[in-house]
Amino acid sequence: MRPTATLALACIVLAGLSLMAGPVWLPPVAVLKGLAGGDSTAGIIVHDIRLPRTILALMIGATLGLAGAALQGLVRNPLAEPTLFGAPAAAAFASAAMLAFGGASVLSLWMPAAGMAGAFVSVAALFLVAGNRAGVTVLLLAGLALNSLFGAATALVLNLAPNPFAALEIAFWLLGSLEDRSFVHVALAGPFMAAGAALLVSQARTYRALTLGEEVAASLGANVARARLVVAVGLALGVGAAVSVTGAIGFVGLVAPHLVRRAAGSDPARILLPAALAGAALLTAADIAARLIPATTEIKTGVVTALVGVPFFLWRILRQRRAEEEA
Amino acid sequence: MTRLVLDRVSADLGGRRVVDGVSLDMPAGGLTVVVGPNGAGKTSLMRAVAGLLRHDGRISLDGSDVGGMSAGERARRIAYLPQRAEFAWALPVRDAVGLGRLPHGDPFGRLSTADREAVDAAMERLDLTGFANRPVTELSGGERARVMLARALATGAPLLVLDEPTAALDVAHQFEVMDLMRALAAEGRSVVAVLHDLTMAARFADRILVLDRGRAAAFGPPDETLTEARLAETFGLACAFIDMDGRRVPVPAGRMRR
Repeated sequence: MRPTATLALACIVLAGLSLMAGPVWLPPVAVLKGLAGGDSTAGIIVHDIRLPRTILALMIGATLGLAGAALQGLVRNPLAEPTLFGAPAAAAFASAAMLAFGGASVLSLWMPAAGMAGAFVSVAALFLVAGNRAGVTVLLLAGLALNSLFGAATALVLNLAPNPFAALEIAFWLLGSLEDRSFVHVALAGPFMAAGAALLVSQARTYRALTLGEEVAASLGANVARARLVVAVGLALGVGAAVSVTGAIGFVGLVAPHLVRRAAGSDPARILLPAALAGAALLTAADIAARLIPATTEIKTGVVTALVGVPFFLWRILRQRRAEEEA
Repeated sequence: MTRLVLDRVSADLGGRRVVDGVSLDMPAGGLTVVVGPNGAGKTSLMRAVAGLLRHDGRISLDGSDVGGMSAGERARRIAYLPQRAEFAWALPVRDAVGLGRLPHGDPFGRLSTADREAVDAAMERLDLTGFANRPVTELSGGERARVMLARALATGAPLLVLDEPTAALDVAHQFEVMDLMRALAAEGRSVVAVLHDLTMAARFADRILVLDRGRAAAFGPPDETLTEARLAETFGLACAFIDMDGRRVPVPAGRMRR
C-alpha cells in the first residue's frame, strides 16, 4: 500500500500548490482562510476560481489514469489508452458539434451527454475493428484510423462553424484547458465520472483473469464479452464527461499506469487505484505548470500533457520493441 | 470425486466438424489420457469439456449439465490448462499461481488462509517454491509450463482438464508431471490430459481415449486401446511393445508403409 499512500500525499500537496499558484500567489494561510469562506479577494480567488479548477484537475486526472489502467488490463497491452483510439477526439468532436450547431452553451448538460456519446462510439468502434486479440499493431492502426477520422470530423465542424468567433472558441476549447471552470462543471461531469469509475473498477477480477489469456480467463469464470461492454460504457461515461469539461487532454491515461507499475506491481487490478492517483497528480501538476509558464495568454493544459506525453509514449514504444526483439 | 459423462458431443470450428459424436463415461477419479494425431480434435474436445467451446450433445459432471452451470460454479469444478502459457503482465510466480484462486477469492487478489494454503501446496508440488518472487515473464518455457500447471492445481477443482501439460518439459520434468497426475488421481481428483507421447500414456494412464478425426476410436484401459492394430490404423505407426511395471507399453518404431 506504500505507493498508494505516497501518491495520495502527492495529490494533496499538488492540490495545495494548485490553490496557491496563479497570476496572484497566495500564501498557505490565505488559502486556508479562503477555503474557510469570506469575501476577501483572496477568498474569492480560492473558492470561486482555484478550488473548482483543482477539484476538476484531480477528478479528471484520476478518471483518465483509471481509464488507461482499465483499458490496458482489458486488452492486455501496456500501450492501450483511450487517447490512442480517439475516445477523447470523438468526445471532443461531439462536444464541438454541440457547441457549434446544437446551440448548447458550455455549461449545459448536453455537453457531457454529447461527449459521452462520442466516446462510446469510438470505444465500440475500437472493439469492432481490433477484435478480441488486440495486438500492438492492430491497436495502433485502429487507433490511428479512428483518431484521424474524428480529427477530420472536428475540422469539419470548425470549417462549417456559423461564425469565426464560434470557430475560435471551439478551437481553443479543443486544446484542453481547466481555465475558468466552476462548480457547475464539477456538478455536471462529476457524477458521470464517478459512475464510469465504478464500472471500470467493477471489472477488476476480469482484468486479473485476463493476465493468462482469454481461454484461461473464461475457465476461471470471467465473462470477457460482458467486461468489454462494461468497460466501453465506463470509458464513455468517464472520458466523455471529462473531455466535455476540459476539451481533449491526452496521454495522462497512458503515462499514469506506467509510472506506477514499477512500484505497485504489474497486477492489472492492483494498479487501478495507484494509476488513478497518479493521473490526478499528473494533471494537477500539468495544470499548475500551464498557469506558471510565462506567456501572453495562459498555456492550455492539454498542450502541456501532450508535450510531455508524446515523447514518453515514443520511448515506451522503443522499449516495447526492444522487449519484443529479445523475446 | 467427479464422474464425467459425454453424450454424443459434437463441436464445429470454422464451419468444420472437429468433434463428432463423442460419447463416453469416465468414472470418478483416475487419469484419462487423450491421444490422437494432429487435428484429431483433442484440444476442441478439451475446450468443450471446460465449457469454452459451443457444442451439441451433453456434458455432465456427476449428473449435472456443464452447460447449465454458472461460470463461477464451472470454474470451481473444472480447472483448465491450455496448450500455450500466456502471460500479459510480469507477475511474480506466486501471484500468477494465485490467479487460480479467482473463482474463490476476492477480485483484487487478497488471499484468504484457505487460498494461501492452496497456492503454497500447488507451488510445492511443482517445485516452484524457490521461484515465488521471480516475474513469470523471465522464466524458461518449462518453468512457465509448471507455473501454469500449479495455477490450474490451485483452483482446487475436482476435475482437471489439461491440454498437453508435458509439451514444454524436459524428460525428467515430464516424469514429474506424470507422477503428479497419478498422485492427484490417487487422491480422488479426476484428471483428463492430452498427451502426444504414447509410451508415457500407456505407462501412466488408467484409461485412454483415442481420438481419430473427431470420433472416439477407442476408450478403455491402455492395453485394450493402444493395440498394435489401433496404433497402425489411427496413427500409421509401427510399434514395438515392451513390458514395464506389468504393463505392455508401445514404443513407436517408425511409420507404417501403406
